[in-house]
Amino acid sequence: MSVGLFDKYATLRGNYESLMAASPRNPFGVVIERPLSATVGIIEGRETLLFGTNNYLGLSQSNAARDAAIHAAKTMGVGTTGSRIANGTFSLHQKLEHALAKTFKRKHAMVFSTGYQANLGTISALVNKDDTLFLDADSHASIYDGARLSGAQVIRFRHNDPADLEKRVARSNKGTGARLIIAEGIYSMTGNIAPLDEFVEIKKRHNIPLLVDEAHSFGVLGQHGRGVAEMQNCEDDIDFVVGTFSKSLGTVGGYCVTNHDEIDLIRLCSRPYMFTASLPPEIIAATLAALEEIQSAPELRENLQRNAARLHNGFKSVGLNTSNFISPVIAVTLDDVPQALSFWNALLDAGVYVNLSLPPATPDNRPLLRCSVMATHSFEEIDRAVEAFGSIAKHLSIA
Amino acid sequence: MTDSVSDISHMILQKLLENPKVPRDINGDSRIVEDLAFDSLAVMNFVMEIEDTLDVSVPLDKLADIRTIDDLAGCLHAIKAEQA
Repeated sequence: MSVGLFDKYATLRGNYESLMAASPRNPFGVVIERPLSATVGIIEGRETLLFGTNNYLGLSQSNAARDAAIHAAKTMGVGTTGSRIANGTFSLHQKLEHALAKTFKRKHAMVFSTGYQANLGTISALVNKDDTLFLDADSHASIYDGARLSGAQVIRFRHNDPADLEKRVARSNKGTGARLIIAEGIYSMTGNIAPLDEFVEIKKRHNIPLLVDEAHSFGVLGQHGRGVAEMQNCEDDIDFVVGTFSKSLGTVGGYCVTNHDEIDLIRLCSRPYMFTASLPPEIIAATLAALEEIQSAPELRENLQRNAARLHNGFKSVGLNTSNFISPVIAVTLDDVPQALSFWNALLDAGVYVNLSLPPATPDNRPLLRCSVMATHSFEEIDRAVEAFGSIAKHLSIA
Repeated sequence: MTDSVSDISHMILQKLLENPKVPRDINGDSRIVEDLAFDSLAVMNFVMEIEDTLDVSVPLDKLADIRTIDDLAGCLHAIKAEQA
């Protein structure tokens, strides 16, 4: 007897139905009816504080970016209808690539249609089945999927553990293929910051290129907002920086910047770059405007750090279990899924939206209430969120 | 030194039994996902522990073909021989 297409969904269906039975609302189906500002949106007809949008600088609501998008749509239309290697490269795409290269002080930049594709397209173009990738165990799905698309052998090293990386690199020293180490700046689930400066020492000792995904750290950390590598003063030794427009820049898309002159060859063998439509002009224009805003308004980063510290300290003061890193991603770790569901629903009832992250998408198999802070949150909004967290934790006998 | 497939299988069983959530009646034929209720992340994390004990690295693609504890032992044995 043949197997049905959806027979393999039996376990998933069971888990999903149990989750739905235990939750008054679908945690994967929240609808923001409309944003009122970067920090407040209408959810279920009520004004709700947004603490789970990755919109770190609030630039999704930037007037400059909005105006640039309107102008681009009026003058260039709303889509490119083609791949970057065919009819999908407008002058704006090249302008954005030049601006990104200049921002990162690199020779080249390559723009992808999403951040996910930036990792897929870069990793799969750099390594193949004869090569070996060393990935931090807590890497984002786009890094794992890029690794899979490449066909390279994948060796995981323990999260943020330079000694563990070095041990695994040393074991591979007899191999013949090329090697590449991949780490992130800020880890999206926990907010943990990578010891990139220590990874750089290892890459130099073993002569292996290093790719860093600064998706959550660009615009956020470093004196000029270039991310963790800038903050740790090791940018010159990072071979490839990958990132996204859909966090601090407030739009959508992704990029890779590098000093390697082979970038035009990468464009010809990166399938996630070639076989998809390029970003529409209004998105590119808005991203260019947001990039300019990040550079001309360093106070956004200062406000963000101040707000991150306030939320982090607030959570600690009400006895919640969070990482010790102060970054704009602050995750509250809970014990089990029923507790996390109750907590998350109670927060939304109290007018605070955060992300509910469930195993196996979380480290250590424990659920997280993942919060992202914004430069544009007021102290009053942060304090209201802390108060809601504190009183719900008390009610659920967590803190 | 642990070297034969059965030695490695025995070592894996001992390590697994250190976890109180793992059923007590497991053996080399036990299926890692079905019988031990490990999800993909748990499998990867467990293999990481074994890697350190044996001083080998198991590429992720090798895990796709592993069903039982003995499969894992065979895989580790082969990689250890290659890396020797």
